[in-house]
Amino acid sequence: MSMFQNMMTWVDDRFPATKMFEDHMSKYYAPKNFNFWYFFGVLSMVVLVNQLLTGVWLTMMYNPSGEGAFASVEMNIMRDVDYGWLLRYMHSTGASAFFVVVYLHMFRALLYGSYRQPRELVWVFGMLIFFVLMAEAFMGYLLPWGQMSYWGAQVIISLPGAIPYVGDALMEWIRGDYLISGITLNRFFALHVVAFPIILLALVVLHIIALHEVGSNNPDGIDIKAKKDENGKPLDGIPFHPYYTVHDLVGIVVFLIVFCIVLFFFPEGGGYFLEKPNFEPANPLKTPDHIAPVWYFTPFYAVLRAIPDKLMGVIGFGVSVAILFVLPWLDRSPVKSIRYKGFFSKFALALFAVTFIVLGICGVKNPGDHAFGLSFITYSTVGQIATVIYFAFFIGMPFWTSREATKPVPERVTGSH
Amino acid sequence: MKKLIVLLVAMSLSMLVQASSGVNEHIVTAPINMDDKASLQKGAQLFVNNCQGCHSANFMRYERVSDDLEIPADIMMDNLVFTDSKIGDVMVSAIPQDLAKKWFGTAPPDLSLQARVRGSDWVYSYLTSFYADEFRPWGVNNHVFKDVGMPHVLQTMQESMSEKEFKTNMADLTNYMVYMAEPIRATRESLGYKVIAFLFVLLFFVYMLNREYWKDVH
Repeated sequence: MSMFQNMMTWVDDRFPATKMFEDHMSKYYAPKNFNFWYFFGVLSMVVLVNQLLTGVWLTMMYNPSGEGAFASVEMNIMRDVDYGWLLRYMHSTGASAFFVVVYLHMFRALLYGSYRQPRELVWVFGMLIFFVLMAEAFMGYLLPWGQMSYWGAQVIISLPGAIPYVGDALMEWIRGDYLISGITLNRFFALHVVAFPIILLALVVLHIIALHEVGSNNPDGIDIKAKKDENGKPLDGIPFHPYYTVHDLVGIVVFLIVFCIVLFFFPEGGGYFLEKPNFEPANPLKTPDHIAPVWYFTPFYAVLRAIPDKLMGVIGFGVSVAILFVLPWLDRSPVKSIRYKGFFSKFALALFAVTFIVLGICGVKNPGDHAFGLSFITYSTVGQIATVIYFAFFIGMPFWTSREATKPVPERVTGSH
Repeated sequence: MKKLIVLLVAMSLSMLVQASSGVNEHIVTAPINMDDKASLQKGAQLFVNNCQGCHSANFMRYERVSDDLEIPADIMMDNLVFTDSKIGDVMVSAIPQDLAKKWFGTAPPDLSLQARVRGSDWVYSYLTSFYADEFRPWGVNNHVFKDVGMPHVLQTMQESMSEKEFKTNMADLTNYMVYMAEPIRATRESLGYKVIAFLFVLLFFVYMLNREYWKDVH
């Protein structure tokens, strides 16, 4: 035996290293017909690692105090520390990239029914990741301590204030002060760099364990374990390693090219990744003309604004996120993939995707302005219509999925290489 | 399904384009060129002479300006530093902020990041759109910043030269303001080309690697 084999035997007698590698990589059979949409899971992991690593270095130079935060970002990190600007842009671009890849990853699940039995828990853990990610991003956005950091947080933190009786006390408890102050910044810093990353990592592990327990879904939404060869290996499956490791590398490099184009040439992302008012230090006495949360929150923020009553708005806002958790139990279709669902499912999903984007636009815009340059309708009205469609998608799903005619599902996967 | 996705993307893009159309008709495009060192140097000179009397640039060090814009340190100190600051100091204005507030009604804002707060087009348009208004304390108003507290500091300059010449000067000043708001910009872009070129080379190799492995998957 070679020295390496000797060493591995020694380790394997004490720790299941080889077994883990086989279970999750070299003997984990993945369907061979993964397409473009299947890159976004691994890309989420790439972005997560980027956020963790750049975050550690930013923490070394950042000053989490009301007096020093803005200057430590704009002076120390952006100007004085060598390559501090690169770390900061990697982190800020990474935040937006995270939501891009996660939204596309979630849309993939909607396309191919990846949340369906037996993957309900994969979906639920994924939703928990999404929820924690939103909290993580929200807290992180306060840290540069610019005008939009401050006032964006002001708007969101004031939401619990709509809850009867305990609202005000709850707001004070979150802020640790009567208004957003250095104290709020300190606690958000602690949560952003310690608490939420730990929860996020734990949830990612659970998400992957649950996935590898049941196996990956595929664009046909059929079970590859139903057809096995004489050795008990799925006929339509290939070992994740090396096939998908080399395959994912291509996707990762393509992603990095796009990511670097934004990072090096458009780090402000057209004012959506780094908002213009955030280049001005937080000033509690000066409200910006127009407060909009960062783009990735705007679809849900538009739901909040669409409902005139404040408390109902807050509830609508919460439900718009929470309803996604129960998706596995709303889809009653006999087939998983959109490929074999009926016309109405295809139409509904396309409409839902457009609605989500429209909500996102409404959330950034001034509610009173004419929507899309049309004189007869305002963003406020469009937001309300989109909100109705958003909820109708979930409420209607059990009805059309259980009634519509579906196409026959093939025995074996299609469209492989 | 493919058609549906294409349609969806096309619709969203057209909506985004429509949604991002701007407003103020006085905003014109600023002729920005970060590679024009002469313009940036001229802009720095205009800045210290005309702006820094009241405005600070608390996030900008003289030394950085001197290094980036290739102005030798001694020339910088002799011609562009009017206070008793040292080369490593930040560009602080000559007047105390509380006095300035009394004179102008509001403290002159720090200009380090203004070009990123407002955008270069706004800065250029602002600098070139002062007009006479007898109802204002300084006798001037501004098309893009209504009832601004700042007097038209550059009035004598504007009157002493042709409109074209003045606009060239303001373009230089705007150029400098954009540089000052993000001194790393030129380096960032040149590094970007190298990183992306490397990634394309890497893409070739990972693509070939992937093709080699997937040969036997049918």
